[in-house]
Amino acid sequence: MNSAALTWFARHEIRLAWREWLAMMTGGRRGRKRVAIVGIVILAAIMHLPAYAVIGRFADLQAPLDKSALIVITATIFLAWALMLSQAIESVTRVFYARSDLDLIMSSPVKLANVFSVRLGAIALSVTVMALFFATPFIDVLVFGGGVRWFAALGVVVAIGLTAAAVAIAVTIGLFRMIGPRRTRLAAQILAAIIGAGFVIALQVAAILSYGTLSRFAVLTSDAAAAFAPEADSLLWLPAHAVLGDGEALLLLLTFGLLLLGSVMAGFSARFADTAIRASASSAPAHLGWRKRPFRAASRQQALRRKEFLLLRRDPWLMSQSLMQLLYLVPPALLLWRSFSDSSTAIVLITPVVVMAAGQLAGGLAWLTISGEDAPDFMATAPLPLSRAIRAKIEVVLLVIGVLFAPLVLALAFASLPQAAITALGVAVATISATAIQLWFRVQARRSQFRRRQTSSRLATFAEALSSIGWAGTAALALAMPAVAVTSGVMTLILLGGTWKLSPRRE
Amino acid sequence: MTPDQTALQVRGLTKRFDRLAVDALDLTVRKGEFYALLGPNGAGKTTTLRMVAGLLRPDSGFVSILGIDALNDPVAAKQITAWVSDEPMIYDKLTPLEYLEFVAGLWGIDPAIAELSARELLASLGLEPNLHERCEGFSKGMRQKVALAGALIHDPRLIILDEPLTGLDAVSARHVKGLLGERVRAGCTVIMTTHILEVAERVADRIGVIASGRLVAEGTLAELRQQNGRNDTSLEDMFIALVDSEAVAA
Repeated sequence: MNSAALTWFARHEIRLAWREWLAMMTGGRRGRKRVAIVGIVILAAIMHLPAYAVIGRFADLQAPLDKSALIVITATIFLAWALMLSQAIESVTRVFYARSDLDLIMSSPVKLANVFSVRLGAIALSVTVMALFFATPFIDVLVFGGGVRWFAALGVVVAIGLTAAAVAIAVTIGLFRMIGPRRTRLAAQILAAIIGAGFVIALQVAAILSYGTLSRFAVLTSDAAAAFAPEADSLLWLPAHAVLGDGEALLLLLTFGLLLLGSVMAGFSARFADTAIRASASSAPAHLGWRKRPFRAASRQQALRRKEFLLLRRDPWLMSQSLMQLLYLVPPALLLWRSFSDSSTAIVLITPVVVMAAGQLAGGLAWLTISGEDAPDFMATAPLPLSRAIRAKIEVVLLVIGVLFAPLVLALAFASLPQAAITALGVAVATISATAIQLWFRVQARRSQFRRRQTSSRLATFAEALSSIGWAGTAALALAMPAVAVTSGVMTLILLGGTWKLSPRRE
Repeated sequence: MTPDQTALQVRGLTKRFDRLAVDALDLTVRKGEFYALLGPNGAGKTTTLRMVAGLLRPDSGFVSILGIDALNDPVAAKQITAWVSDEPMIYDKLTPLEYLEFVAGLWGIDPAIAELSARELLASLGLEPNLHERCEGFSKGMRQKVALAGALIHDPRLIILDEPLTGLDAVSARHVKGLLGERVRAGCTVIMTTHILEVAERVADRIGVIASGRLVAEGTLAELRQQNGRNDTSLEDMFIALVDSEAVAA
């Protein structure tokens, strides 16, 4: 493959990535392109407000920094890197299992290593561009308040994007080599979720164990962390120096990122081809069923529920979509455990986190069971009203959420009975609201499209998120300021009412 | 034909999308009959059958399945009907046996009887070695067989199949035709669309030709030849002649 052909293939990859992204933004509707672009511009503009609230006061920060500031900046960059790495691992794994054009590429007279090196580059590019999109409002705020030196932060985002992509490729191919293609899909999802959430959770866990608070900054700004940290001239602070406008540090960081990605591409592109072939060969797995047992007697509702439970349990992508939400429950659970012995007010923080997680998880599960029906025609020919089939699906969502959250609520009951009651109510209401939104906006889709469920309706996505936030806030206020909780609850109900009004009419 | 001899009666069935897909269609299929519905692409065959199977609500018209008003009492009609589409939609993460257990549960069949039928059906379709494998790795033909087994497990009295032989190899296609033939001999009614005219010629008791949403010819092969005025002509020639004349008329 000559350089012209490589360039052509790179253009092809970028065009595909752009169209896929555009389809995600427009929900696959061509007429929405302009609306989507306007929406993105507005979103980017709005993002400057929270960015200002979070980072605005740091715009005047100048080198040299004390250790505490270096730790906070480095930890923030590391957090961004971990999130990018998490996203990149998922992207690389998906490339292996998406058969769409692998047959065509592998049957073509091109050197596979070259083609896949371009594909690896495209993954790095997409991870970096996405990170730039989210980082730009924050950097804009810093530039506006502290001068153009902050533009160096864009370079840092690019550098960490390149290294995240490089590490993701190496890790994923390593997993394929170590545990084989069949187990890698699950292992990579778990790893991506743990990497994505792990750093924040680790900080929170350390904060809970040391200071009895959920705030991750408690650890980062502690004297213990400062005492443990290396001296100011350590290489560890290179990203922090680069962010502050140190050109030499930035150049080093970018060079390191490019070199790392280049080495990984050179070393792994040939293996990438092998791995892709092995992954596609394993796409016809001889998975055995649960167990050999006789058919069980069941009512129609039971048959439907069993099917939904079985499919949820076997869903290959569910893990990556829900594990992170579940992982975020670890710190509140730990805080709860720690607070049994004292009367710490920090325990109040558990309620909104749990309610929020329940709402979000219920939304995903409801989409899978209600919209992600792989055999809609078959279900339509079954001798039972559609309403009964949907009822069975909703029951499954409620049961799963009940089973997952009951232990936490039960444990909470030992610490504070009223708080446990409010948390249980919050979990139930948030779950029902998220499920109702999915029901009002249900679309016919395949389960494999789960990752793109947000594209079917932006309104449903925002309503689901706002409803979870609303009920989490209401539950927290019910514990602290019950009178204000009524207002918050009514506002969330109005939001739900408005969402229902705007939902498509159903037969 | 008396009502108790009729398996399917369709009157004035109409469906419009952006254009008229089915145009006041009348169709009668007898009990125990193997009926083949032919027509060019976009003629309205699938839309008609989807309305009969309860997958699509007609704009107007009447559908009766073995005396049951399928539009007013769809659940009762579905209890005795089976539908198999050309794109078999089954659950990737279930094994064939698990899928059939689910279908049996939905149709309320005794589990002991259902399991026996499931094993027999899957064995007769050559899927015995794959009973406990998840369907995700199955070829289109294998998936079609699982879908067919799912359609037959509740012993339907009317089986509606939309291009059921698409994607099947010759041996599998013969299995399926044999299985359907057995059902017809046992008194079941089969309605099938197909583009393979040879299959219609060989297995169907009567053939209906649909074009532009209307039934343009119907009868046994001999009756169709008679209508066409030539006794030695093939079904393919007749079909092309009918469709061409309909296109000219349109």
